[in-house]
Amino acid sequence: MYKNYILDKDYFIQVVKDLAVMAEVERDYLTKLDSLIGDSDHGINLSIGFREVTKKLPEWENENITAFFKKVGMTLLGKVGGAAGPLYGGFFMKLGEPANNKEEVDFGEFCNMIKNGVEAVESRGKAIIADKTMVDTFRPALDALMAAVEAGQQPLDAFDKCVKAGEIGRDSTIPLIAKKGRALRLGERAIGHMDPGSASSYMILNIFYENMKKRF
Amino acid sequence: MRRLINDPYEIVEEMLDGYCRAFGDHVKLLEHDGRVVVSKNAPKKDKVGVIVGGGSGHEPLFLGYVGEGFADAAVIGNINTSPSPEPCYNSVKAVDAGKGCIYLYGNYAGDVMNFDIGAEMAAEEGIRVETVLITDDVISSKNVADRRGIAGDFFVFKAAAAKAEEGSDLDGVVAAAKKANENCATMGVALGAAEHPTTGSEMFEMESGDMEIGMGIHGEPGVRRGKTEPADAVVTEIMDVLVPELKLAKGDEVCVLVNSLGATPMMDLFVAFRKVSMILEEKGVTVHKTFIGTYASTMNMPGTSVTLLKVDDELKKLIDYPTNAPYFIQK
Repeated sequence: MYKNYILDKDYFIQVVKDLAVMAEVERDYLTKLDSLIGDSDHGINLSIGFREVTKKLPEWENENITAFFKKVGMTLLGKVGGAAGPLYGGFFMKLGEPANNKEEVDFGEFCNMIKNGVEAVESRGKAIIADKTMVDTFRPALDALMAAVEAGQQPLDAFDKCVKAGEIGRDSTIPLIAKKGRALRLGERAIGHMDPGSASSYMILNIFYENMKKRF
Repeated sequence: MRRLINDPYEIVEEMLDGYCRAFGDHVKLLEHDGRVVVSKNAPKKDKVGVIVGGGSGHEPLFLGYVGEGFADAAVIGNINTSPSPEPCYNSVKAVDAGKGCIYLYGNYAGDVMNFDIGAEMAAEEGIRVETVLITDDVISSKNVADRRGIAGDFFVFKAAAAKAEEGSDLDGVVAAAKKANENCATMGVALGAAEHPTTGSEMFEMESGDMEIGMGIHGEPGVRRGKTEPADAVVTEIMDVLVPELKLAKGDEVCVLVNSLGATPMMDLFVAFRKVSMILEEKGVTVHKTFIGTYASTMNMPGTSVTLLKVDDELKKLIDYPTNAPYFIQK
């Protein structure tokens, strides 16, 4: 049913370019969030990772979607370190798999890509909802997306629901006590602060959405 | 910012280059992986490989303890950030002598994920890698398994490395590392923040004249913030936690490490140790060996931590074992 809604390589390349811009623009904001409840490195490490991605991007332009995201993920895994390296590295490496080495996917296949990426984050981080992590953004966003697809909604409507659910999920981390990551040991002192991973996860979903609006 | 640096995105590479130029007779960087500092002696025949590591910014922690009789390799991450899986794996390939390797690092979610992937990669090639997570920061959690590793890294690395040097198999080295970790407790106080070279600003906000008890070495918030108190009062508060934690009683022996977080003057460390020593004396606890200086830092953070290691004959022998690493020489 989504056969006419095609996302090609150029779309994904543009998304990655925009993610690299986001990593620079939001670097100090994400780092500041992390300084309140973590170890003040989240934004910096994402910028280190995406600077390397930007450097290598021209070499990858002829890769299919699966290979392209595998390289994006491997680069982040290798450069970012910390928890964000394996988590976002895993997200992007797995994101491309459902594209089955193709040059373009339809919206239905794209939703499976998001699902695969989110599940990679969950399995590597072993976090669940309300642990105050990126899963608080990703899991409700994915559930909203899948429910909208199930209901046969138009792609932009479906992804709008996805992003909005992610935003609510992100904000839901503010009153939580953390159960994973550096904030784990803060107990009640983590209350009142947004989880930086949930903030960057929302930004990533939103960049997929903003670029989709230019396509559909 | 009061840091003398070049491009902050090159700071880790430039530090490692400088370090290896300075101590080239002890260590080298792996040719194919610039984030692995390897001892010139590694791999040492019939010895378990001892690999330590973690984020940058804690020098001399990790790289300073690579050398003869100490760690075989250190895996180096970005500032305050675990290294990625590939250098973790490459370090194993570089130092394994057929008896397997041990990973020793502080208990942080990022480090666990990355080192675990490194160990999985090594396992695929049939190399056994065991991990002991260091959890000496008593204030970071009630649950021991959730605690962070801080300056106690030094004692755990030292004990495990000496055990490996004695020719023990991997299980024996793991047991020595666990024993040291279980008998090690640290608590610190921060008087201000380190400056992050990339953002150019302080890593967290702290009013001048305030102190925070129990803060982590990455500036993770601790348990209590208030006006800075006299050294004796702060040390007493720290010892009131450490002594019961290790169940120290009359006749026990300890090693003491009074550590600067980077910007604490030596004189303050001696003032702190004075009170540590007086309290131990009062309790009838003997000091086997004292270590005072910058052993695990947070760049230019003002603050101090006190680590106690309760020792028996075995741990004493392991701590006393001769070592010739650039930042720890002992005959």
